[in-house]
Amino acid sequence: MPSAPFSEEEVAAIRADFPILARTVRDDRPLVYLDSGATSQKPRQVLDAERDWYERLNAAPHRGAHALSEEGTEAYEAARATIAAFIGARSDEVVFTKNATEAINLVAYAFSNASQKPTNSELSVDQPRQELTNSELSVDRFVLGPGDEVVVTEMEHHANLIPWQELCRRTGATLRWLDVTEDGRLDLSHLHDIVNERTKVLAFAHQSNVLGTINPVDQLVSRAREVGALTVLDACQSVPHMGVDVHALGVDFAAFSGHKMLGPMGIGVLWGRAELLDAMPVFLTGGSMIETVTMEGATYAPVPQKFEAGVPNAAQAIGLAAACDYLTDLGMDRVAAHEHALAERLLTALATRPWVRVVGPTDLTDRGGAVSFVVDGVHAHDVGQVLDAAGVAVRVGHHCAWPLHRTMKAAATTRASFAAYNTASEVDALVAALDTVPQVFGLEVA
Amino acid sequence: MDLYQQLILDHSKRPVNAGLREPFQAEVHHVNPTCGDEITLRVHVDGDVIDDVSYDSQGCSISVASASILAEEVTGHDLGEVRETFAAMKSMLTSKGEDPGDEEVIGDGVALAGVAKYPARVKCALLSWMALSDALARSGHQIDTDPDGGTR
Repeated sequence: MPSAPFSEEEVAAIRADFPILARTVRDDRPLVYLDSGATSQKPRQVLDAERDWYERLNAAPHRGAHALSEEGTEAYEAARATIAAFIGARSDEVVFTKNATEAINLVAYAFSNASQKPTNSELSVDQPRQELTNSELSVDRFVLGPGDEVVVTEMEHHANLIPWQELCRRTGATLRWLDVTEDGRLDLSHLHDIVNERTKVLAFAHQSNVLGTINPVDQLVSRAREVGALTVLDACQSVPHMGVDVHALGVDFAAFSGHKMLGPMGIGVLWGRAELLDAMPVFLTGGSMIETVTMEGATYAPVPQKFEAGVPNAAQAIGLAAACDYLTDLGMDRVAAHEHALAERLLTALATRPWVRVVGPTDLTDRGGAVSFVVDGVHAHDVGQVLDAAGVAVRVGHHCAWPLHRTMKAAATTRASFAAYNTASEVDALVAALDTVPQVFGLEVA
Repeated sequence: MDLYQQLILDHSKRPVNAGLREPFQAEVHHVNPTCGDEITLRVHVDGDVIDDVSYDSQGCSISVASASILAEEVTGHDLGEVRETFAAMKSMLTSKGEDPGDEEVIGDGVALAGVAKYPARVKCALLSWMALSDALARSGHQIDTDPDGGTR
């Protein structure tokens, strides 16, 4: 049986956990927060977990032998285990980063570092060998050069585009991409041509942050596997909104940010298959990611530590684990059903307003809860301003997906995005405020 | 809403002197990367007088209206006056609402006073003015006497 959206009572109980939702904005209007795709609000449970860390446990994890450091390390690693379980992964496959952007850069720079010609033969010959001790895979897996290709999609957030553009620039590899159709789906008609035996990386969004489109991971992964390309999943807009099992998806890497999934800012995750993480060259270097250090060089700690240089954002990691617990208690199937129902309510309302054009799929198949639209003749910034005056917070602009907006022939869009704490009446408030837009800007509408 | 005065809507729908023309001594292209507002702006200075400002402005009503007001207030004026107008616009827009603007100096520019209360929109309104300053600098005329002030 499909999961049900939350009842009014259930949403009311959820909302009571989010102090910020009780505040007012712009002349004491209730806040209608429909911008969770940019960043979600945080429940008290997450805030309490962070506070508890600082009040009871604060010490540098993985350093020192005093009681606080031991307990702090234990709490930090327990947080890693919780987050790993949330996405169906093993603990040692979860690398903490500051956000998804850093996680994707970590992978891109691993390729870059593997591809760099050694300038000091003594060191560079030694280092890869030592890194390979636990690994079946060779660092060669990450070497890129002229003739190799990296494939992304036209619907990527800049965070999953620019790191690959830069990687190609540094290595001489070629960047290619899958187009997006007019209705906001990936155009897979040339998949076999674009993803080919020269492809070394296929990086794509699980769910578009603009269109709401959920991409066919199976099909993309199976083609990537046929040609031996590694897959990198931008899971920023999926992990917060639906149950995600990274092993079941079959991808090689996945990146997501804590702050979009009820967790704190400043914490993100790179998940990678253990043997790949093991073989990968390091990215940020420094304290606590080492095994031994001499004046000439260093060997590195096992994963995930070798990717976590410096004192980590432990309080944020613990806050993110609390967010995972919170979402698990709600049930990710119900979260998905709830957001789906809200998206349906909004799409249905927009369909009766011919002066609004939805940018993205208008049917609910393989579609999440981000709904972007344009009002013909009114710039998104102006639409957003009118909504803001009514207390409705949405995102306006190109949402860090400028090439996609060019393709969809929109300079900028207005985007509503949902979370478990949103209500049907908030969708109605958005639509009511939107209905004042034509009048404010003197549009003739039927 | 106080932000969208009729004057702003009028300017954004029928921007004054819009379009790119020749001759020009400098052309600049400025963008507001957060929302994608763009302007291409050309200037032609004859002696001490700005005899043409032509532009193509794509963006929100605030950015288009501001470009239109700029064309109205700057074209045909000498550099001394334009310096004063520029300073007054910039001061008003970055005043967080403290400076209501002087109609004697900035004309229809006063309609943009409300923008100053919305920090996210200040850049929209300043875009064309910063482009003008840049274009004039490239043609050898400085109008921004405080280039680091107030625009952040």
